[in-house]
Amino acid sequence: MFAAQPEVGRYRPFPRAVHDVMADLLRRVAEHADPAAFRELYQSYGPRVKAYMMRRGADAATAEDLAQETLLTVWRRASLYAEEKGSAAGWVFAIARNLHIDRLRREVPWQELPEERMEQASAELAPDEAVSEREREARVRAALAELPPEQHEVVALSYLDGLSHGEIAARLGLPLGTVKSRMRMAYQRVRTALEDLK
Amino acid sequence: MTITHHLDDATLMSFAAGSLPAALAAVAAAHAAMCPRCRREIAVLERFGGALMAGLQPVDLLAGGPRMPPASEPRAEARAGAGAGDAEVPSPVTGLIRGSLDDVAWRWLGPGVWDHVIPIQGAGKLRLLKVAPEHHIPEHGHGGSELTLVLRGSFHDQTGRYLRGDISDLDEDVEHHPLIDGDVDCISLVASEAPEQFHGLVARQWQRLRRF
Repeated sequence: MFAAQPEVGRYRPFPRAVHDVMADLLRRVAEHADPAAFRELYQSYGPRVKAYMMRRGADAATAEDLAQETLLTVWRRASLYAEEKGSAAGWVFAIARNLHIDRLRREVPWQELPEERMEQASAELAPDEAVSEREREARVRAALAELPPEQHEVVALSYLDGLSHGEIAARLGLPLGTVKSRMRMAYQRVRTALEDLK
Repeated sequence: MTITHHLDDATLMSFAAGSLPAALAAVAAAHAAMCPRCRREIAVLERFGGALMAGLQPVDLLAGGPRMPPASEPRAEARAGAGAGDAEVPSPVTGLIRGSLDDVAWRWLGPGVWDHVIPIQGAGKLRLLKVAPEHHIPEHGHGGSELTLVLRGSFHDQTGRYLRGDISDLDEDVEHHPLIDGDVDCISLVASEAPEQFHGLVARQWQRLRRF
């Protein structure tokens, strides 16, 4: 089914160097409110946020608006981000995801969670864990790239297309239990890849 | 509060992806607010989203540059650690359950069983369920995913004992028959993807009369 997808929203590997640059930019924005760093972040990441919004079903104008809003939120909340608290890409993803849900599903419960999660994460993370943050992020990317195609497919349908377990089962013509077990196996592979870093 | 029953990995993944039906997401968020373990899992799973989003073919932005807030706007500061999970109603759902659990307008469903439907936009059904000690939560199989988060009291079924903060996240084909085992009414927050399929005449009547 991936072959049938249009060019927009197609998934491709993203080189590690770009991720490290992004983490640096976000740190500069976080620590120094550096507008130049923010502009670079906007240029490299904004178009991917827009692609994400379109893949989740937003029209081009709404996707543009949500991408702008996501980056504005990144700027506003950057001081709450610290590299040791978690992944830069994961942090931006969570902001984009929440804005998408807020705009298109008008769902209340989501709005509260992210900052709380961040605060908790900072309280619970040991100092030496910060050192391995980039390694952790690289391993997640590698493990995702190496997933068997049938596991990668359900993960992408969940994260990028926004389909529930039931919707994925219907789309692929699979039993619900198969969809869930593929997700569990995909997560287990990534967990295993991260194990010795804990 | 020691939590022993957590969200299933597939539920955690769908939650982190932002793809869990709204009612289920509300209960998952409420559990996560009470459960450091599941918060850590969600943080790991958000990395998946970061990696997948970063790998998308970019779509050019039309605007010439980023929106910036007025220079006079103060920058966000980290709030003092909110006492997440300390209040009886977890913070993610305080907008849906206003006030105390003692002030809920319960609807009588049958001997020892009350509920209160919480209107929610999006997919699924969300409600509070109150069951008296020594009573069973009506037996049902699942027509879709269901999450049950204990907010007060306790119950047990064949999968173990559930105390405040514990969440029952069972596969669709599991039929369970939870019994309230404490000496106070057990109040739980329940989300279902599809209406329950009750067994037995009384339960069927409830379902018909009360659209339970």
